[in-house]
Amino acid sequence: MKYAYYPGCSLKGTGRAYEESLLAIFQALNVPCEELHDWNCCGATSYMSVDQLSSYALAARNLALAERENMEIIAPCAACYLVLNKTQHYMHDYAQINSIVTQALGTIGLTCEGKTQVRHPLEILLNEVGLQTLAAKVKSPLQGLKVAPYYGCQLVRPYCTFDDQRNPTSMDRLLSACGAKVINYSSKVQCCGASQKGTVPEVGLDRIRRLLLAAKGEGAEVIATVCPLCQFNLECFQEEAGNSHEPISIPVLYFSQLIALALGLDAKSTALQRCIVPVQTLLGSKGIVHA
Amino acid sequence: MNLQRTVKFEAETDREFAQWIAHEIGGEKLRECLQCGLCSGTCPLSLYMDKTPRRLMYLAREGFKGDVLSSLSIWLCTSCYGCVIDCPKQINITGMMYSLKQRAIEEKFYPPRFPIPVMARQFSRMVRSSGRITESWLVVQVFARTAIWRLLGMGKLGLRLLRTGRMRLVRDKVEHRHDISQLMDAVQVAKKELVA
Amino acid sequence: MPDSDPSTNSHVRVGVYVCHCGTNIAGTVDVKSVSEYAASLPGVVVAREYKYMCSDPGQGLIQQDIAEQGLNRIVVAACSPLLHEPTFRRVLKRAGINAFFLQIVNIREHDSWVHLDKGAATQKAKDLVRAAVRRVSLHKPLQKRQVPIHPSALVVGGGIAGIHAALTLAEAGKQVYLVEREPTIGGHMAMFDKTFPTLDCAACILTPKMTTVGSHPHIKLWTYSEVIQVEGYVGNYKVRIKHKPRYVIDDLCIGCQECIAACVYKEGKTPDEFNLGLSKRKPVYLPFPQAVPQKVVIDPETCIEFKSGKCKKTCIEACGDRHAIDFKQQESVDEIEVGTIILATGFKTFDPKRNPNYGYGRYGNVYTSLEVERLINAAGPTGGELVLRDSNKPKSVGIIHCVGSRDSNTNRWCSKVCCMYSLKLAHLVRERTGAEVFNFYIDMRTPGKGYEEFYDRLLDEGVHFIRGRVAEVSDFAAHPSEEGKLVIRAEDTLAGFVRRIPVDMVILAVGLEPQADAQDVRRMFNISCASEGWFLERHPKLAPVSTFTEGVYIAGACQGPKDIPDSVAQAGAAAAEAMALIDARFVELEPYTAFVLADECSGCKSCIPLCPYHAISFSDEKRKADINEVLCKGCGTCVAGCPSGSIKQNFFEDEEIFEEIEGVLAYA
Repeated sequence: MKYAYYPGCSLKGTGRAYEESLLAIFQALNVPCEELHDWNCCGATSYMSVDQLSSYALAARNLALAERENMEIIAPCAACYLVLNKTQHYMHDYAQINSIVTQALGTIGLTCEGKTQVRHPLEILLNEVGLQTLAAKVKSPLQGLKVAPYYGCQLVRPYCTFDDQRNPTSMDRLLSACGAKVINYSSKVQCCGASQKGTVPEVGLDRIRRLLLAAKGEGAEVIATVCPLCQFNLECFQEEAGNSHEPISIPVLYFSQLIALALGLDAKSTALQRCIVPVQTLLGSKGIVHA
Repeated sequence: MNLQRTVKFEAETDREFAQWIAHEIGGEKLRECLQCGLCSGTCPLSLYMDKTPRRLMYLAREGFKGDVLSSLSIWLCTSCYGCVIDCPKQINITGMMYSLKQRAIEEKFYPPRFPIPVMARQFSRMVRSSGRITESWLVVQVFARTAIWRLLGMGKLGLRLLRTGRMRLVRDKVEHRHDISQLMDAVQVAKKELVA
Repeated sequence: MPDSDPSTNSHVRVGVYVCHCGTNIAGTVDVKSVSEYAASLPGVVVAREYKYMCSDPGQGLIQQDIAEQGLNRIVVAACSPLLHEPTFRRVLKRAGINAFFLQIVNIREHDSWVHLDKGAATQKAKDLVRAAVRRVSLHKPLQKRQVPIHPSALVVGGGIAGIHAALTLAEAGKQVYLVEREPTIGGHMAMFDKTFPTLDCAACILTPKMTTVGSHPHIKLWTYSEVIQVEGYVGNYKVRIKHKPRYVIDDLCIGCQECIAACVYKEGKTPDEFNLGLSKRKPVYLPFPQAVPQKVVIDPETCIEFKSGKCKKTCIEACGDRHAIDFKQQESVDEIEVGTIILATGFKTFDPKRNPNYGYGRYGNVYTSLEVERLINAAGPTGGELVLRDSNKPKSVGIIHCVGSRDSNTNRWCSKVCCMYSLKLAHLVRERTGAEVFNFYIDMRTPGKGYEEFYDRLLDEGVHFIRGRVAEVSDFAAHPSEEGKLVIRAEDTLAGFVRRIPVDMVILAVGLEPQADAQDVRRMFNISCASEGWFLERHPKLAPVSTFTEGVYIAGACQGPKDIPDSVAQAGAAAAEAMALIDARFVELEPYTAFVLADECSGCKSCIPLCPYHAISFSDEKRKADINEVLCKGCGTCVAGCPSGSIKQNFFEDEEIFEEIEGVLAYA
């Protein structure tokens, strides 16, 4: 059964490395997926702030497209994962939302009956592929690279069913299976500030600084993320977040990039050249083989 | 010394507002709030809010519409759902924040160049016209309307993103763009019909 | 079989009495009309209405009519039978006829109090009375059964509640078996340092009671023991109790502790359970200095002799002539007969690891309240010094209320004692260390005697009270003053903004929960638990220490979170009720029991699993089911379930029920 891969707008832009590495590891691990044809933006938090009902309709169009093909959706972006799941839940729980969205979808010839499951790559890797299979396919283990797994907020809360919402460990386990040394990161589920860095910079920076300093203080060499906005926030403002006394320079990768590394995939798949904070020196110093 | 009357008379509360919020998504359990303050304590943005989430919920419940909608707090909410998970009464605070945002936009309760609602509006316009967001374009549009000089400060980052191939310059679009706008229009029609 | 309407039988002489109940009934139902209607029914000899049937004159009416008119069946149309059925039964008894020749018709809670239409309500009353007249004609003369009570009690759990219950019963001359699964009695109270609000030393007030228990002639104290099986019924319980081996002979050990000093382990290596892992003990140990009984215990999991068989056994040497140590000791089982059982199995504390935000287990200086009680206790792991993990005294301490309580994510209820013990800890922390103390609360619950005054005292002592449920404890320093500290983040709701308070030590006021094995225990004793897991009392207001199982009582925190005064009060109450049962010497059981018509029983065994009270047994010889009259509670499940219809129930026989139905449906 093929999965409908739903990239979301960010994975075609700042989050390219996520898409490249994720699709590559899915191929290597025999997870069949193809991009959902003509998917549209899920609306994320922004559209939801302007007009909730339109936002549900937007998200529901994607659910309807997948439903038409009888496919399950894989949504790597945490915000998309949340919005798609939220729409699914709300259409089920609130009759008013259901009737408006159904009527609207009907005008473009689509139906959404809530049959589509929306899943996350972490869950697919954990439950469909399995830790043992993954570990068996590791060709260049991560040599005890100290990783702080950062889940952020929207993946974990409030619709995550495959992991503990206050203390998730799915990414921890996957990365451990690849040979990394996973840190018990204290701030693993704290919000990165999302788009506040752009709109109210001092607020956003405060969040980013906190996460980076905590990771650094707990000995992380690399931060692993599941969300393109988290990755962007944590990677791109390290100079601003740090200062002359305490400079911050810590690579921030998608978990799929780390797994791609461990599976020994090529440069295109690990997409390390997309990193703004370079990571090759670190990998070299740990003896981690990379293309 | 400029003394102002701060006492609130019951006649000045907005009953409609209080009832409205109780019927919005998330408002179902608003009455059960004990005002324990855990939501504010958990909220990563509460450190900057003029009114903490707990206080905002209380004011909304009692009908102090002006205080609530003119607060910047509702815009600082990143919908991280931390409050919802931790709330001992399982109140959907984030759900109510969305409703408050929407109402504040409808009734124009925020400073005109405040970036967050501006971004929300630009986002929705871009989605309506293209079906997808192109980040670089969105950023330019938002800064252009709020603080254009900040774009200059982003120059270094912009170059880095270009260099690593992460800045998409070509507008991303959905094939069936007409479907998107038709869908959005149909939602408005359906909404009106339901109210009628 | 009688005719279609049994009341037409000539030997049936029915009296019908319709009560006004003041205006409660008469205000809606036309009682005169009902009584006139009743008089017209076949079999009814006399029908009256009266203002208050339950009053002496009212009762007198019935008694007189029975004597003068030769009545042999009585129908009383009045309030719910729950209120006055016993009253009118006594009237029949006094008048010399079988008390079960009575039928009560509820025309108040089932009629006048729930209907507004007077005409319809009156008609309904008539229909119900008609049904009752037809039914009562079929009533059989039943007798209440008397069962003797064994004059002894079993108390399960040796905490303050169990101790007090046992002493109360023992002082009244009853034989008591007190079973406790730890090696010593004392329960949680023995772990405390001081008790609120008087700041009495817990051990000082508890240990005298403990020693009395240990030496009381009427108390058989079995520690390190557990109940493994309970059979029987009220007044006649057969209980099997397993004794875990201490590897020390009870009668010979005098508690001199020479063996502990002499043990080949120079220092303890095993986390000490009584000190919650904050110190280490040797394989041979005494749980705490004032343990009752004062007998050491040997832990087979860590003792070298058990693990390898090659120990020098310096303990035996040190014991010398007493020869109290016996490595070959086995588990043993005792079977006893008791009349009543009191469960006082206590509580456990909430595991704060379930709230990862509070950092318990991640940060060394986050402690639970119970751990801090051990630290400040002079007999505890640090000799009463309140110190951090690095042995320094804390300069600032945060106490977080409601950990695990009042939270639909963990436990919904309020644990009742945490506000008070948090105040107590605040006081003791200040006393011992002079540290600045911050209490983070949501509501301050101080309802008991002297409790509010205790709160006043704490306010006066300068403890900070911040009203706000704590969201997080972390070691991240957002400000230079927070370096090296644990930072508590909470909204100060009274001030209206978020505060970050750096402290050296965090104390979590963990809530109370039912014991982990509460479900297993309640199944063993055949009682129920409420949805939250606490043992269920018979009535939340009027019967807090009895259960739905006769002869089994509950006392103390196992029934719900409570403080020591309430636990002791409940223990006394349970002991009194147990004593009342024992002193009555017999218990009377309602005769509404089911019975098997052996000739018609097909031996299919369908009924046996249906009985919630395990009252049905199967005789393999006769291949018939048999119902224990005493265990049967008359729920009727087996009666309905029997495929061959061979189980009947007294007072609810098929004919009686059908007659009542026919009566209701027949039109006047």
